[in-house]
Amino acid sequence: MTATDTHRAIDAVWRIEAPRLIAGLTRMVHDVGLAEELAQDALVAALERWPESGVPDNPGAWLMATAKHRAIDLLRRDKLLDRKHEELARELADAQDERMAQSDAHLDDPVGDDLLRLVFIACHPVLSLEARVALTLRLLGGLTTDEIARAFLVPEPTVAQRIVRAKRTLAEAQVPFEVPRGAALVERLAGVLGVIYLIFNEGYTATAGEDWMRPSLCEDALRLGRVLAGLMPKEPEVHGLVALMEIQASRLPARAGPNGEPVLLLEQDRARWDRVLIGRGLAALERAEKLGGVRGPYALQAAIAACHARAPDAAATDWARIAALYAALAEVAPSPVVELNRAVAVGMAEGPRAALALVDALVEAGSLRDYHLLPSVRGDLLRKLGRLDEARMELERAASLARNARERALLLARAAACAAAPPTERTDRPSRSTR
Amino acid sequence: MRFLSLYRHARPEGVPPSEREMAEMGRLIDEMTRAGVLLATEGCMPSAQGARVRLAQGTFAVTAGPFAEAGEAIGGFALIQARSREEAIEWSKRFLKVIGDGECEIRQLHDAPDCMG
Repeated sequence: MTATDTHRAIDAVWRIEAPRLIAGLTRMVHDVGLAEELAQDALVAALERWPESGVPDNPGAWLMATAKHRAIDLLRRDKLLDRKHEELARELADAQDERMAQSDAHLDDPVGDDLLRLVFIACHPVLSLEARVALTLRLLGGLTTDEIARAFLVPEPTVAQRIVRAKRTLAEAQVPFEVPRGAALVERLAGVLGVIYLIFNEGYTATAGEDWMRPSLCEDALRLGRVLAGLMPKEPEVHGLVALMEIQASRLPARAGPNGEPVLLLEQDRARWDRVLIGRGLAALERAEKLGGVRGPYALQAAIAACHARAPDAAATDWARIAALYAALAEVAPSPVVELNRAVAVGMAEGPRAALALVDALVEAGSLRDYHLLPSVRGDLLRKLGRLDEARMELERAASLARNARERALLLARAAACAAAPPTERTDRPSRSTR
Repeated sequence: MRFLSLYRHARPEGVPPSEREMAEMGRLIDEMTRAGVLLATEGCMPSAQGARVRLAQGTFAVTAGPFAEAGEAIGGFALIQARSREEAIEWSKRFLKVIGDGECEIRQLHDAPDCMG
């Protein structure tokens, strides 16, 4: 093995072991920032030693033992409380036993518990949303600052500063290293799921930059979601979120045309959907449902995604079920965008007249005034009803509101088609609002 | 990125793994699943139940198993999602450590690229 190979191997070991390492150290030193520094010190030691000695048999245990030694040195130097010191020394002695005991780990899983505590610290509400995202990817995803910066198209120093500030905020607020209980858990878990789904969505439909998808970021979010599902197997919404992400990710290969242009859901080549991910998504959805999670917002969205995944082609889509699921979603997570999606589904299930009434109510309410998909959907319904002049005007208005050049071009083309052709000659053009 | 890890065993086929090996393998699979890395994995039946199908210049040749040559028979596969080839290598090492002598061939799979839009 060359030195470069060894460095790459160490890097891989680090990515696998870092979250557990940092979690275990945080429990000992009660400070995420210090824990990460200690873990990094262990990594530096590995980079010095492993190229000569070779990668040890159990690299995770080696890194943990090394980091714990450093922790004790540091505490000695800082003359911290003797009691704490003794505690650490004992833990160090136990390190070997711990590794042995991991065979029975899942009955009582101390490593998993620490990891879960780390999840809740990284997503703590005292932090800004950007800080939660950065800290989660850094501590739990094992991403470098540079990788996070590239994923979110911000300068690296910005991310580095965000992380430093976040650690300081956590220390100053004396955020306890614990998993919240009872009612707090429900709220805090929703926050954690929100952070993971935000990461996924940034990869799925990038809000900034030239790329409009970054599947690697979707993969990071998926991995975090799966880890969380392993740590909290009885929480239906965790499985709901995993199901939603797995099914949405299954469409990644079909979501871009040959020139990178977006391909809408109903126009995608379903043969390119990833069957492995669909299978995993449906299994996760089933777990959520078995745990009684049929009414959670993520499980509901996953159930909608599953309707598309199960349909062999766009025409076979069970729109009545999708409309019913959107109605249920509107109850637990009311929003005008959900209502607009429900209108699209109703339009497909019952016809344009029923849907137009829902859309007109949204226009009346005025909350989506600058949202291009509202006139886009309305224009589509009007076209199907044969009201072509109105349809053309709505689609042109939608085009003027669209910020993405490709979408604007598509809307203008549809507007022009309304002027040129009678409605019967066109096949139903799906709205972008269901994805 | 995703990788296929194709395992070929060095020991003769048909020797069932010990209970201890089974338990260790179960633990590794559990760990990889919980780490969000393992997407799918299966072990193969002995190659006696398999066959090789070849097409050469328009003519099919079907060879029934077993494939006796050591290191030839595929023992199983794992579909892994990893952040680098090195990470896939590291997981394959952990797999081999449990299952014993043999070889994993690791191949990166085509994925949707990060694309311009």
